[in-house]
Amino acid sequence: MNLVIIGTGMAGYTLAREVRKKDPLARITLITRDNGDSYSKPMLSNALAVGKSPEQLILSPAAKMAAQYDLQVLVQTQVTGIDRDRQQVLTDQGPVDYDQLVLAWGAEQLHLPTAGDGADQVVRVNQIHDYQLFRERLAKADRVAIIGPGLIGCEFANDLLHADKQVTVIGPDPWPLASLLPETAGRFVEQKLTAAGVQWQLGQTVARIDQAKAGLTLTLSDDQHLEVDLVLSAVGLRPNVDLASAAGLTVSRGIVVNPLGQTDDPRISALGDCAQYGERWLPYIMPIMHAARALAATLTGTPTDIVFPLMPVAVKTPAVPISLVPAPPGARWSFIEQDEGLVGRAKLDERTVGFVLLGPQTLRQSLVKELS
Amino acid sequence: MSDFKKFECIVCGFIYDEALGLPEEGLIAGTRWADIPDDWACPECGVAKEDFEMVEL
Repeated sequence: MNLVIIGTGMAGYTLAREVRKKDPLARITLITRDNGDSYSKPMLSNALAVGKSPEQLILSPAAKMAAQYDLQVLVQTQVTGIDRDRQQVLTDQGPVDYDQLVLAWGAEQLHLPTAGDGADQVVRVNQIHDYQLFRERLAKADRVAIIGPGLIGCEFANDLLHADKQVTVIGPDPWPLASLLPETAGRFVEQKLTAAGVQWQLGQTVARIDQAKAGLTLTLSDDQHLEVDLVLSAVGLRPNVDLASAAGLTVSRGIVVNPLGQTDDPRISALGDCAQYGERWLPYIMPIMHAARALAATLTGTPTDIVFPLMPVAVKTPAVPISLVPAPPGARWSFIEQDEGLVGRAKLDERTVGFVLLGPQTLRQSLVKELS
Repeated sequence: MSDFKKFECIVCGFIYDEALGLPEEGLIAGTRWADIPDDWACPECGVAKEDFEMVEL
């Protein structure tokens, strides 16, 4: 088999490893526009807490991955298209033939256009190279604004406290993690992170970002001004779908795949943050691991449906550890405070259909069982 | 018994501390890394133990 994987993030390398375990002979080629170093993206937002430099986050350089798993890794190579009839990936370095192709090229950070002559100073961290630049600028910054009080924004906010930064989190949301947490839980998280040192400007958007004498001036939607040295934007992800769409594959929010992980073209699969599993878009680690194992089996001759177990989402905020299973609409939440933490259950027709666990995580397994 | 070790999942940063175990997963305090079954997976991210993706701290 001649397998080509586009992307060397967690999805691409995990799949390569899983395929190699099952098939020592498969020819496996990975294509990446960056340098192909293997690192763990979730570690970017808690590197300060664990005392790691960006360089220390690199688990394995591309050349070592290539040698260890017998891979061909084409680095600094930009994919420009997919020729499905010829079974070729088109790149700026020439075409690459495939028998099976896996799209694992991830998602991009959303870019909110903002007025002002400082708007182009906004930093977004989607991969390790961005993170290196962020840390360089962070070294010279004391006051940091984070736009986006979601999972990534909250993780970074908590992490920056470990480097003694003054952190203000801004967003239109009424409380942190508003798309994942009901109000009672969101307020609890807000309070715990406030106690740890995070400041909030919620219910607010950033109207302008202007250069100031020292740093940047943010003008918020209520006309307040905020002086900071660095602005990090973490307002959400958008799966990369354009090249799939151009190749005629079905795209909705992400690249739509069937239970085997295949797109409309049985020779092309999609995995990770760029994929949409039926109706579900799951830009988290656990789904990547489960989908990669199933897809590796399918690609090596044992068709295997991707089956996701119940996968709680973990938010790495040491000031208030969080795990949760989002509840479907219509569920009713009830909360119990215990052990300095908060437990919330979402019920629908007497059944527990979601939970949030804030603070100590000892109850997590029993909550997962309650839902299963 | 001392010299308990800690293992960090290189994917998600989850730390398994032998001294504490993971009672909620049936691993009592003091359970050695070597004694955890091979089908055990990181509770945070699902990485399998057999992948050797936990590193000793």
